[in-house]
Amino acid sequence: MRKLWPWLDALVWLGIAAPLLYLSWGLWMDRLGANPIQEITHQTGRWTLRFLLVTLALTPLRRLTGWNGWIRWRRRLGLAAFFYASLHLLLYLWLDQFFDWSEIGRDVLQRRFLTVGLLAYALMLPLAVTSTAGWIRRLGGRRWRRLHRLVYLIAALGVLHYWWAVKFDWRPPLAYGVVLVILLLLRLRWPFAPQTSSRTSRPLARIASERPPDRRS
Amino acid sequence: QARRKANPGPYDTDEPWTSYEDITTYNNFYEFGTGKRDPSRNAHRLRTRPWTIRVEGLCHRPGTYELEDFIKPYTLEERVYRFRCVEGWSMVIPWLGFPLAEVIRRAEPTSQAKFVEFTTLYDPEQMPGQKVPILDWPYVEGLRLDEAMHPLTILAVGLYGKMLPNQNGAPIRLVVPWKYGFKSIKSIVRIRFVEKQPITTWMKAAPHEYGFYSNVNPNVDHPRWSQKTERRIGEFRKRKTLLFNGYADQVAHLYEGMDLRKYF
Repeated sequence: MRKLWPWLDALVWLGIAAPLLYLSWGLWMDRLGANPIQEITHQTGRWTLRFLLVTLALTPLRRLTGWNGWIRWRRRLGLAAFFYASLHLLLYLWLDQFFDWSEIGRDVLQRRFLTVGLLAYALMLPLAVTSTAGWIRRLGGRRWRRLHRLVYLIAALGVLHYWWAVKFDWRPPLAYGVVLVILLLLRLRWPFAPQTSSRTSRPLARIASERPPDRRS
Repeated sequence: QARRKANPGPYDTDEPWTSYEDITTYNNFYEFGTGKRDPSRNAHRLRTRPWTIRVEGLCHRPGTYELEDFIKPYTLEERVYRFRCVEGWSMVIPWLGFPLAEVIRRAEPTSQAKFVEFTTLYDPEQMPGQKVPILDWPYVEGLRLDEAMHPLTILAVGLYGKMLPNQNGAPIRLVVPWKYGFKSIKSIVRIRFVEKQPITTWMKAAPHEYGFYSNVNPNVDHPRWSQKTERRIGEFRKRKTLLFNGYADQVAHLYEGMDLRKYF
């Protein structure tokens, strides 16, 4: 198993970078259709939701498989979601509104899909900031975990943002919503689940015990 | 280098044309799927010959025509129009068509007729998008009679000097350049004169978002999109949206005394 880690890690990194590479390639080769800016904006939004859902799938996967290894990628995938959300927001601020802040303010207050979208992003900020080992130590596992439960709300707001943003074809946002609901239901106590070693999260302890790289030598 | 019209007529814009590629691969035509590329991929299923058009309702000379017979009396002309989608993008399209007014005069609407209603083909086998109940099929649009008679309003059968591609509404579609694109109904099989304002497909789907008039208007926000600006396909910066899509001089008189916020 240990020998596999580097390969699995590389695979996860590739998965995180792939959408960005694809969109950059598409932009360079002019393969994103007649309205590439809108295409990239929509795609980064969808990839934010996908990475959020994948992140939320790790705990149920751990329960179903009894293997703790999944959690190894949780932080990385959560930060990937944050990265694509940042791109998504930046594209709106820059290429849609050209940093016209008064218009942006009006737009966000007036259109509920923008209001919930921005709210979801604002809630992601503290989670991204406290994703480091130092912050886990500083907050303590219990408080840190409580804070990071915000991810459920963030994912729900993200789906709502998508739902309200589409003109009329509600099928794609519905699909994301269904997956989210399933992932949340799988979190309920499950009588047949294989016992994971304990309720106190080992992976979290492992992350918290990491030393900053500069002190490692 | 984008093409322009050498000798623009009174109804033409002299702006550079959007590329044929973009016009024919970036479409909203939900009958063939809701993605922008779906229509260009799926519209080959549509058989545009034979094609029958019915002219009916409150008129003295109703009739059922084969497409060729329907078009025959009219002279085709090129009209280069701005095209503004409600989603905030726009194009410049060289249509080939003829004024709807000529069709209306030939049908001789009665004095009761106040509106014209248009209907798209309904055939889920050819139009697979109609198997999905996202809209109340078939697609229906409408114009007030004076809007329909306006010289800018045309029925188009081609673009870029060629036959209309299926994804652009073959074999015959409406083009009303001062209204949002969805008013310009595609693949028409019925033109009907009515007394009451028709309930259009988008009004039925979302009455708060889509009104009957749907005139391009930067001062009336759509709940989903600000309509102040638009991105011309092929351009990077967004540009300001013009009242009546820049056709105010020609059409503003049609709406004199009307509250455009109420009649959006």
